[in-house]
Amino acid sequence: MAKTLIQLTVNGEPHEVAVNPRDLLIHTLRETLGLTGAHIGCDTSHCGACTIDIDGQSSKSCTMFAVQANGSNITTIEGMAGADGTLHVLQEAFREMHGLQCGFCTPGMIMRAHRLLEENPTPTEEEIRIGISGNLCRCTGYQNIVKAIQHASETLTSNVEA
Amino acid sequence: MADTISEPSQSETSAERSQKLEGIGCKRKRVEDIRFTQGHGNYVDDVKLPGMLFGDFARSPYAHARIKHINKESALKVPGVLAVLTAEDLIPLNLHYMPTLAGDVQAVLAHEKVLFQNQEVAFIVARDRYAAADGVEALEVEYEELEPLLNALKALDDDAPVLRDDLAGKTEGAHGPREHHNHIFTWSAGDEAATQEAFDKADVVIEEYLAHPRVHPCPLETCGSVADMNPITGQLTLWGTFQAPHVVRTVAALITNIPEHKIRVISPDIGGGFGNKVGVYPGYVMSVVASIVLKKPVKWIEDRMENLSTTAFARDYHITAELAATKEGKVIGMRSHVFADHGAFDACADPSKYPAGMYHICTGSYDIPTAFCSVKGVYTNKAPGGVSYRCSFRVTEAVYTIERAMDLLAQKLDMDPAELRQKNLIQPEQFPYTSAFGWEYDSGDYPTAMAKTLEAVDYKKLRQQQAQMVEDFKAGTSREIMGVGLSFFTEVVGAGPSKNCDILGINMFDSCEIRVHPTGAAIARLGVKSQGQGHETTFAQILASETGLPADMITIEEGDTDTAPYGLGTYGSRSTPVAGAAAARAGRKIKHKAQLIASHLLEVHHDDLEWDVDGFAIKGMPDKRRSMKEIAWAAYNNLPKGMEPGLEAVDYYDPPNFTFPYGAYLCVLRIDVDTGVYSVDRFYALDDCGTRINPMIIEGQIHGGLTEAFAVAMGQLIDFDETGNILGASLMDFFLPTAVETPKWETDHTEVPSPHHPIGAKGVGESPHVGGVPAFSNAVNDAFRAFGGVHTHMPHTHSNIWNYARSLGMIDS
Repeated sequence: MAKTLIQLTVNGEPHEVAVNPRDLLIHTLRETLGLTGAHIGCDTSHCGACTIDIDGQSSKSCTMFAVQANGSNITTIEGMAGADGTLHVLQEAFREMHGLQCGFCTPGMIMRAHRLLEENPTPTEEEIRIGISGNLCRCTGYQNIVKAIQHASETLTSNVEA
Repeated sequence: MADTISEPSQSETSAERSQKLEGIGCKRKRVEDIRFTQGHGNYVDDVKLPGMLFGDFARSPYAHARIKHINKESALKVPGVLAVLTAEDLIPLNLHYMPTLAGDVQAVLAHEKVLFQNQEVAFIVARDRYAAADGVEALEVEYEELEPLLNALKALDDDAPVLRDDLAGKTEGAHGPREHHNHIFTWSAGDEAATQEAFDKADVVIEEYLAHPRVHPCPLETCGSVADMNPITGQLTLWGTFQAPHVVRTVAALITNIPEHKIRVISPDIGGGFGNKVGVYPGYVMSVVASIVLKKPVKWIEDRMENLSTTAFARDYHITAELAATKEGKVIGMRSHVFADHGAFDACADPSKYPAGMYHICTGSYDIPTAFCSVKGVYTNKAPGGVSYRCSFRVTEAVYTIERAMDLLAQKLDMDPAELRQKNLIQPEQFPYTSAFGWEYDSGDYPTAMAKTLEAVDYKKLRQQQAQMVEDFKAGTSREIMGVGLSFFTEVVGAGPSKNCDILGINMFDSCEIRVHPTGAAIARLGVKSQGQGHETTFAQILASETGLPADMITIEEGDTDTAPYGLGTYGSRSTPVAGAAAARAGRKIKHKAQLIASHLLEVHHDDLEWDVDGFAIKGMPDKRRSMKEIAWAAYNNLPKGMEPGLEAVDYYDPPNFTFPYGAYLCVLRIDVDTGVYSVDRFYALDDCGTRINPMIIEGQIHGGLTEAFAVAMGQLIDFDETGNILGASLMDFFLPTAVETPKWETDHTEVPSPHHPIGAKGVGESPHVGGVPAFSNAVNDAFRAFGGVHTHMPHTHSNIWNYARSLGMIDS
């Protein structure tokens, strides 16, 4: 199978990757680039464990070909903390509010929450619940995830005001 | 010096001390979250080794068929495919069948026949997962279809198809005589004759068929393994999704004849288990075989369809529940018969002596003098499994039986369900209480828990609202009805005492080993394995309280059989009751030695010392003290004469009894009769898990367990069509609630410590599932009580509820 060369900017770093036309983006990220934060939970885009941010949109990387991402700007969970290792407000909030247990959905959930707050910095509880409904969690029952996102929203908003 | 090891700890009585050390009782933030929130967890599919190959299964499209021919060449010619392994390749190694935890055998690769849809037929090893999938697609297998058996209730009919050719002529099973070719075991407990007498003299009896349908634990991470057999050293390293890594190593040694010390099993981070990752699956075995054959590391990872359709179903109990009572509502007898659908192989994960797990906890929280239960296990053309989905062995089934039965009895007696329960609850002064089935319930204050619950929800008012809604519905002014579902559950967890519990002959103890380094930092390793429960956080809290070392100075490590002490793993809420006890005792051994060292350093008798926050001081002279940090240093350079250097301890703990967490749950829901759509207005959960190690984590466990209970009661079902095609093997069909459907949870607690556990903790992770399922089901059924409803089965989907309303004549059609 002839490989195709694609250009990706991942977490601010440019990459040139040779992929097979049928390679899924999640496999390119996990196996070629070694970014194993995004996970595969269902193969059918129901669970959202593979959620990453592509050009400012939440995307499920398990049902997208790597070639479709050619030229795009990707942020994964590995790109959320600051260069000096400071955790992102959402990462802190998930820990603070006990918004995770086994950790398998967490990278996708945080990436989705990140985009949700970019689009709507002060969501209501209902808006949060609808906003994360493409991401499944089997451990937490969502209640503390919702709290974590609310907490992050408050922190981010007060940071802006300050 | 007195034996401090078995004495109850005084340390947790000081909240201030706990706060300083981040010990027992603190809402300590989780250690695990640092890596998980940054995408640096290490799950099995993250394991990548040089030269690693990928294996995938070709699976049966039929539920029951004879394999006539497998054309390996068809797959071998696919680019990248390196090997195709079938049962024929395993027979010379005697690996085509493997032993199950239940005393049966399971086909690793189907030999001559397939017995359920998606059964493993061939293992295709390729350079990467894409080529492996191509190989699976290309493999030609010729089948001759046979009549499938899907209804467990017909499994023992004379003309039922023969499923297990390999058991032909075998009249004795692992649990007694086999009476039919599809019969696995018949197991019973209690006093049958005395129970019959109770039913004969009862004023009122109820009897109802309660289906507990087949469901699946469905953790977000599927099962998988990476096997690396080093051909030079003969050392096998096996990474995998193992809730019980030590047991996996022992089983691997027994079935492969590789010596146990040459096998290293590693459970890395696990993305949820809920029972799914207790068993040993063909994929694990085949990754090992393929690594031996190809001399390369081999990875196997299930996809979601494979997960839902082949590894570890739960429940599938066809239950008959009966109660006998006086007309005043005192229950005098309980009886239950079960047809248990075990699928094609008996691979249930229960302690070896209990083929139906702890189903005989089914007298629940009530003082019922006589009881009898029997369970008949049968084979069908469905996947094997029978795991405990977020519960101790079959405890959810048992609690469902008694809690639905109590509601049915209340209905028959025209009594309020809460009142009937209160009349029959075991009273505080009856503990330790021996149930009709012989369990010794160690502790509890049930009436207080019940009263607190009823008060918290204003139960009386709820019933008035419900009555008003019934009236409005009957008057034609509303199309909505309301249900109030109660459950008062008692679990039996913490397997378990060696007198009751073993797995394949290994007693179900657990262990902790702790090493305190010279600087006062420590590492502790345990025989259990967290899958999201937060062990790295909470076990350090136990050890902090017991040793005086701050929790942040204690690393917890689990899951590597080369380094962790032997233990039986994490399931059945056993980590805190068993390994947590071992941790507390290991901590006390450290403290004991520290006291002797402190007495040497301070030149006083050890009886003249007292324990403060993080060290020992001379009694009455708080400034004359040595901290644990100083003592740890001295353990390596300044010891009393004759004392062994170092500061280490190990404890293997065989619990004297199970623990019995309990709780009272109440669910309020409203149903729109014309659509079957419901809304959960309120769910209140009061739990008593004894001593509370980390209230934040407990609350998280309750939220998660309730959500899984909601899923089981209201939507989950692994169903089959009449030819044995599995329905519901993807997340398109199998119900995993999103944040939108999931109700909001209210949590509360009482705290009655277990008298026999070193720190009084009882385990909590499974209570919400066990108690939640009947609370939801009772709420749905309660809504229809005023309209002639008796019992409708789970799952209570919108369409099932709507159909039930129709069947009761509540909808004109």
